[in-house]
Amino acid sequence: MEAMSRLLVCAPDYFRIDYEINPWMRLSNSVVLDRARTQWYELTRVLAMKIGASLERMQPVPGLPDLVFTANAGVVVGQRAVPSRFRHPERRREEPYFEAWFLDQGYEVIKLDKDLSFEGAGDLLGFPDAWFGGYRQRSDIRAYPRLGEIFGRQIIPVELVDSRFYHLDTCFCPLSGGELLYYPPAFDPYAQAVISDRIGQDRRLVVPESEALRFACNAVCVAKQVVLPAGCPETTKLLEARGYETHPIPLDEYMKSGGSAKCLTLALD
Amino acid sequence: MTPVQETVVLKGHIIDSLILAKVLDTIVMMGGTFDLKEVQIGTTREEPSRAKIVVRATSSGLLAEILQAIQPHGASVERESDCMLEPAPADGLFPETFYATTHLPTQIRLQGRWIEVEPIEMDVGIRVDRGLTSARTVPMGEVKKGDLIVTGREGIRVVPLERPKERDVFSFMEAQVSAERPHGHIIADVARRMQTLRDGQKSGSKDGKVLLAAGPAIIHAGGRDALTWLIDSGFIHVLFCGNALAAHDMEAHLYGTSLGYRLSAGRAVPHGHEHHLRTINRIRAIGSIEKAVKSGVITDGIMAACVRRGVQVVMAGTIRDDGPLPGVLTDSVKAQAAMRAALPGVSLALLVASTLHAVATGNLLPATVPTVCVDVNPAVPTKLADRGSFQAVGLVMDAASFLRELARELGWKP
Repeated sequence: MEAMSRLLVCAPDYFRIDYEINPWMRLSNSVVLDRARTQWYELTRVLAMKIGASLERMQPVPGLPDLVFTANAGVVVGQRAVPSRFRHPERRREEPYFEAWFLDQGYEVIKLDKDLSFEGAGDLLGFPDAWFGGYRQRSDIRAYPRLGEIFGRQIIPVELVDSRFYHLDTCFCPLSGGELLYYPPAFDPYAQAVISDRIGQDRRLVVPESEALRFACNAVCVAKQVVLPAGCPETTKLLEARGYETHPIPLDEYMKSGGSAKCLTLALD
Repeated sequence: MTPVQETVVLKGHIIDSLILAKVLDTIVMMGGTFDLKEVQIGTTREEPSRAKIVVRATSSGLLAEILQAIQPHGASVERESDCMLEPAPADGLFPETFYATTHLPTQIRLQGRWIEVEPIEMDVGIRVDRGLTSARTVPMGEVKKGDLIVTGREGIRVVPLERPKERDVFSFMEAQVSAERPHGHIIADVARRMQTLRDGQKSGSKDGKVLLAAGPAIIHAGGRDALTWLIDSGFIHVLFCGNALAAHDMEAHLYGTSLGYRLSAGRAVPHGHEHHLRTINRIRAIGSIEKAVKSGVITDGIMAACVRRGVQVVMAGTIRDDGPLPGVLTDSVKAQAAMRAALPGVSLALLVASTLHAVATGNLLPATVPTVCVDVNPAVPTKLADRGSFQAVGLVMDAASFLRELARELGWKP
């Protein structure tokens, strides 16, 4: 049996649209907090009960609506954590809380230079042999050589060219069996070529545009289980054809903020 | 025109990720050029690679646009520092770690700004004015105590030459010097340049001067008529020579001999070896070559043509000189300074049949000035070609044949 997966989550007590820092956010399109709560509890229930993930919970903070998106807390490998340095000042206010949580849990916290923006597991994802780092929208490409050094990994920077897919985890999801669920037009031609070169055609699962825009790629994969936003039948089919069990969950309240299943979790260890 | 440039550094997994390719493509697509200075490839999968890229563009505006476009891909401008300056410890003495120049366009960074060093000259130092706003090359001997001299290597950049746009002999790297190569097309190209430059001069251009550094073999070998015609026709504007060229040229006029040999018959005449001494003595008695020409004593030949046409002549003496003639500079440092002062505006240099004057002139000239070196001894053009300039052409041939052919190309009818 595989080691149990630990995920960091943060309840949406103060989740709302307070500012607009991506094309999904509209101040006029306010969050229905009850629905958001229901959706979040359903997500955590599936993660804990069906997938068997062990959940670590962070205390929500009033005035930090996006603290719920723990994928952007930083990157954690083993006992090492590199906290995020947000590009937008609106989210920089979350940094001390994420950092405090890492320290509190006994992680060795390594900080990047203040002038390098890097938005954590939202932009850094990978397979066991190589990691991919999204840049241009939120994270600075110059963060990756330093992160590669810290974690002793090869990190291949890939340019994100569509502001709707502003984090790597909105258009790129490595699966446990070595397959990649992704939406190629979110990347520039060089990054598309590199991804094709690295990952054989039989392992690349291309998500159709309509489902990419529902954040089909913002999925959580633990062993052969995949949790993804509801309303992505093609993606579900692609996954099931590869032997994955899918768990679609309605998360549309979070789409108002430009986030979904994956954004709401951070893989620990 | 000197292109503007900036050095950027790219770090990380830049090869596998095609980031390096993307950055280089971007530079070229935007109309810039690049030089890949250093590429260190990581030796393991985890180890990052590093590339240093010199980005060039035709204007600072375009350069800024390119830098802005490649910056998000991690190409950051290398941290630059100002050049270091130290006061000269004494007259005629550089600080110990002075920067020695090349013959290529050079810029130094002063208070965050890149400043062009002028004029370009190799093997000298760089002196900066008190206000730190301008920089000039300075020979060792001319340094004054307390002058601010550039030291070390930081904050200094040397701009490699671009290939000239003209499609002629100077646009190809003609580094090899060989007696076996056909000369006709080279001489025709040189003639074409001279024609263009003279046309420019006629329409009032300050630049476009043609410099000739010449040795006395021109007279002995029979190139005097052709050269006289070239000067009279306005193709030569500056002449560097020694005592001998002038002496034998005027000897030819006064006695019909060159070093005692009858030029028309080609044989020694009785007491002919005295002719050049008598010539020198005669001119010394008159006081100057100019007076000798203006008073009608010397009416034809190279020196007469120079006086008539107002050609700037620098005569530099050597230790074997007889006389010397009035006007010959016997102090080499002063001669060098006079030659240096005559260089502004020179756009083409012909170094013909003179090892000493050719090498001395070559040392003073920026690499940007197209240069032709003609000598029967391959060592001289070879030495010049070794300067590594795109625009240096060496011809192993007889000086008189060269000048006659050149003059004929330009319309001389002997």
